[in-house]
Amino acid sequence: MRTISAAAITAAVARLCIRANTVLPEDVIDHMELARFWETWPLAEETLKLLQQNQLDAWKRNLPICQDTGMACVFVELGQEVHIDGGFEEAIHQGVRQGYTEGYLRKSIVADPLRRVNTEDNTPASITVRIVPGDRCAITVVPKGFGSENMSRLAMLKPADGVEGVKQFVVETVRLAGPNPCPPVVLGVGIGGSFDKVAALAKHALLRPLNEPNPDPFYENLEDELLKAVNALGIGPQGFGGKITCLNVAIETAPTHVAGLPVAVNVSCHVTRRATEVL
Amino acid sequence: MQHKLTTPVTREDLAPLKAGDTVLLSGVVYTARDAAHKRMMELLDGGEPLPFPVEGSALYYVGPTPERPGEVIGSAGPTTSGRMDAYSPRLLDLGQAIMIGKGARNQAVKDAVVRNGAVYLAALGGAGALMAASVQKLEVICWEDLGCEAVRRLEVEDMPLTVILDPHGGDLYQSGPAAYLASLEEK
Repeated sequence: MRTISAAAITAAVARLCIRANTVLPEDVIDHMELARFWETWPLAEETLKLLQQNQLDAWKRNLPICQDTGMACVFVELGQEVHIDGGFEEAIHQGVRQGYTEGYLRKSIVADPLRRVNTEDNTPASITVRIVPGDRCAITVVPKGFGSENMSRLAMLKPADGVEGVKQFVVETVRLAGPNPCPPVVLGVGIGGSFDKVAALAKHALLRPLNEPNPDPFYENLEDELLKAVNALGIGPQGFGGKITCLNVAIETAPTHVAGLPVAVNVSCHVTRRATEVL
Repeated sequence: MQHKLTTPVTREDLAPLKAGDTVLLSGVVYTARDAAHKRMMELLDGGEPLPFPVEGSALYYVGPTPERPGEVIGSAGPTTSGRMDAYSPRLLDLGQAIMIGKGARNQAVKDAVVRNGAVYLAALGGAGALMAASVQKLEVICWEDLGCEAVRRLEVEDMPLTVILDPHGGDLYQSGPAAYLASLEEK
């Protein structure tokens, strides 16, 4: 049994909120560079260049990359041999409170979906915990902006719809989103599970580095096909037209019921943020 | 083609703009998102004046991050404009000339743009640090209780924008992708 203090968790979450909002993961930076290399349409190339300039400006001026510093989605892989000294969830909320205040990040959370009063400190975090073997605690903060989140969709397809049905649904989601989610987008696709599980799969798929395909060759191939199909829409960076509408498609799957084929698409943007620390 | 504009603008200033052109905008720009738009409608319903001179004005749909001490503004990219669709036609009919945001608008907004000789310009979505660089001065003018959604008066210099909806019915979100796809067929 190893003890980790709640204070250490709070400090880590606060650091991660600030880091994730200021510096993009290397794989996202690399994919934007690749996108500019592959782009052939002049206005699109120019637009991608400006989006890269923004990454640099944010880093140089210590500013958030995007003003929508998001809902703090916190993913924890908690070793089963870890004992937390103090309140676990409160430690995370406190980290978000601290990070968003000290880091001059925007507070975008309302306490109630209909009465809509801002909590003024970006809490509560959206917390997902998975118990894993070992005595470590891996914390990943994913600040999720809602320009792209709002374009996400879920469908309970029929098993007969099959892989074609899934493809159509994914492409249709991006077509309907058009310029709204700040393309080039990153897509997290969940297939299988149940109504609630499939949305979680789609979100979790956005945690995977863009240069890591699905380990199953069948789904790696489907990720490639979907990427090509989505980029054939011609929406382009910012929706101004062009080749690169999407940087990456990541699929996660789960066993499902004989009668169902749930599919969910969680849309993210060129500012796909995440930062991890292992305690 | 690139245009330089300074607010407040006239219908004549905007007439040469075409979807796909770029604009460097200077002068005063007011910020407003959903909550501020809703309050503006309530003012108008009650026969009260708007909190800023509307004739020839530019509204930027943005909720910036808090500014650090000594800084003018935080990160300040556009929010999704479609959430303002319900309110924009009324403001355009009252004289608002420029809308700045990102993302698609509905037919009612497109009609109001043409009817009033107005424009809808896109700021770069997700490029909050880059957009902030053109802001020289910031002042919260009302509804401070709305936090990041309060109405701010910005003084901007050469804010880089792209024309989406022009006064002649052009729409870059339609014509841009269509032109790109057509170029593939020519190859």
